[in-house]
Amino acid sequence: MRELTYAEALREGLRQTMESDPSVFMIGEDIGVYGGAFGVSAGLLDQFGAERIIDTPISEGATVGACIGSALTGMRPVGEIQFMDFVALGMEQLVLQAAKIRFMFGGKAKVPMVLRMPGGSGTGAAAQHSQSLEAWFVHVPGLKVVMPSNAYDAKGLLRAAIYDDNPVIFVEHKLLYKTKGDVPEEPYEVPLGQSKVVREGQHLTIVATSIMVSRALAAAEKLTQEGIEVEIVDPRTLRPLDMGPIVASVKKTGRALIVHEAPKMGGFGGEVAALIAESEAFDYLEAPIRRLAGLETPIPYNRTLEYHTVPQIETIVAEARNLAEGAY
Amino acid sequence: MSTLSEHDSRQEIIAEWGEDARQRLRLMCEIRAFEEMAEELFSRGKVHGTMHLSIGQEATAAGMSAALKKNDYLLNHHRGHGHCLSWGSDVNRMMAEFMGKETGYCRGRGGSMHIANVEANNLGANGIVAGGIPIAIGVGLSIKMRHTDQVVIVIFGDGAANEGAFHESLNMASIWRLPIIYLCENNQYAMSMPIKRAFNIERISERAASYGIPGVTIDGNDVTAVYDVVKQAATRARAGEGPTLIEALTYRWRGHSKSDRQAYRTRAEVKEWQKKDPIARLAAWLGVDDAALAAIKEEARMKIEAAVAFAEASPEPGVDTIMEGVYA
Repeated sequence: MRELTYAEALREGLRQTMESDPSVFMIGEDIGVYGGAFGVSAGLLDQFGAERIIDTPISEGATVGACIGSALTGMRPVGEIQFMDFVALGMEQLVLQAAKIRFMFGGKAKVPMVLRMPGGSGTGAAAQHSQSLEAWFVHVPGLKVVMPSNAYDAKGLLRAAIYDDNPVIFVEHKLLYKTKGDVPEEPYEVPLGQSKVVREGQHLTIVATSIMVSRALAAAEKLTQEGIEVEIVDPRTLRPLDMGPIVASVKKTGRALIVHEAPKMGGFGGEVAALIAESEAFDYLEAPIRRLAGLETPIPYNRTLEYHTVPQIETIVAEARNLAEGAY
Repeated sequence: MSTLSEHDSRQEIIAEWGEDARQRLRLMCEIRAFEEMAEELFSRGKVHGTMHLSIGQEATAAGMSAALKKNDYLLNHHRGHGHCLSWGSDVNRMMAEFMGKETGYCRGRGGSMHIANVEANNLGANGIVAGGIPIAIGVGLSIKMRHTDQVVIVIFGDGAANEGAFHESLNMASIWRLPIIYLCENNQYAMSMPIKRAFNIERISERAASYGIPGVTIDGNDVTAVYDVVKQAATRARAGEGPTLIEALTYRWRGHSKSDRQAYRTRAEVKEWQKKDPIARLAAWLGVDDAALAAIKEEARMKIEAAVAFAEASPEPGVDTIMEGVYA
């Protein structure tokens, strides 16, 4: 099959949706001539014009408001927050307005908007441009949260997010933009709210999000040489979370390791651990549920410090080995 | 400061209204009766939560709605019962919402601060100061992209003019020439903060100049003045000439909310403003004498009492419906 990068897959998804549906448009900072800070919208201005590829002033709150107001009145906006960190400047509109409007109005309004934002460290962008803030949104009823880990899912989840009638936070990862994968040319949807087993194994389950899926896959390849077979589950959508495949996997392996880039305290992994502990998988556990996550620190600038702040392939290997070999 | 054309004289406007002039008066009396009833219901323990009464500010609601068309959009704020009533809302369903009943506009989920009637393009009141102002951007964009001749009016208080959202939104509306009417109800206090301590300018409308749009300050207790400038702003907006900032000087006769002991202002000041009662003024201009006005007020009171009876007879939302409306 044809290979595309994650960024190309997103762009193709956006292009195909906009070609077939005049209610879809993009709005954000430097998405026009510049093509977006990470190039996702490159070339779309030429095809769709400034009316549908809307460059904004640096006003994140009003940009989120623009998505809400247009979504309320018949459009399907796709907003771009240049770096996930900057969503802090739009939190009022997102959390106090977008997430609550439908509920406050008795279910009589809908806010079908997507807010794309690149998170994650590894680019030397330091503490204010490298965070993984997905847990903020997972905590808000009314929002959906999507985190594609590969090019195929990126294209399909984006289309599903655009056609979802709720506000969807679509978290991309900066280091994934240039990674390649098989991507069909035709439009397709990867439904929201479906976890996926991306690798099968019988010794332990790793639940990983975003870039940690590919790191976990690489770790699994190393571990297989030691006779440890890892099963990996990618939730893909964090809210609503499909626990079915996770519970089934833990019942099979008896061991669960959750890996994400965000700091451990208050992170998404805590929720997954709790849900496993509350589920029928509890009786099958042969070891404590473990989490491997970012350190309790802002992301440092220094390359070595930055690297060691978040889980890497070798730390996943070590943690998975310990868990599989009964160290806990 | 005004760059709109000079106001038509009051008598010309009243002549233009014809029979509708009395309807304006009736509407203002209904708004006041609604607010007085809301206050009474609260003191009788029939409702919980809080409320923000617009007694004394009825002219802005009655004037702005008269100047706009049925398919225009409304976004308003926490002190919003009057705007909602003036937007052709069913007072029974409004009262039912206020009393938290299933028959309310928002099925009892929104309450006083979140009454919306999306079917009538009333996109809702807002519990967050300046919360609706960025949303107006999206509505304006959507109008432009759908090529209709609608406008959106967004109503907010003097306090909201000091939120960052105000700046982001007015700037965006200006650069994109969006069909937005910004109506600032300057009622002299942001809760307890007097405008003199919150602004170092004479008029909030002066801020329009920094966005390159017209700004005008009017007597907000004169329903004809409100009608006149909103109509001019709407004409401008429909002609593609962009937004207008209107500052309507007015005064709330009651405290900010139920907990307000009003230690920040004097009785004498309240009394001074009560001399400019928007209802009494319009009655005088229309030649409606005391007896006739009393009859109109009595009629309004009876309509509101019927609304209370409707609301009281309405069912409470079922506990099994709590989760309805969180997601589409």
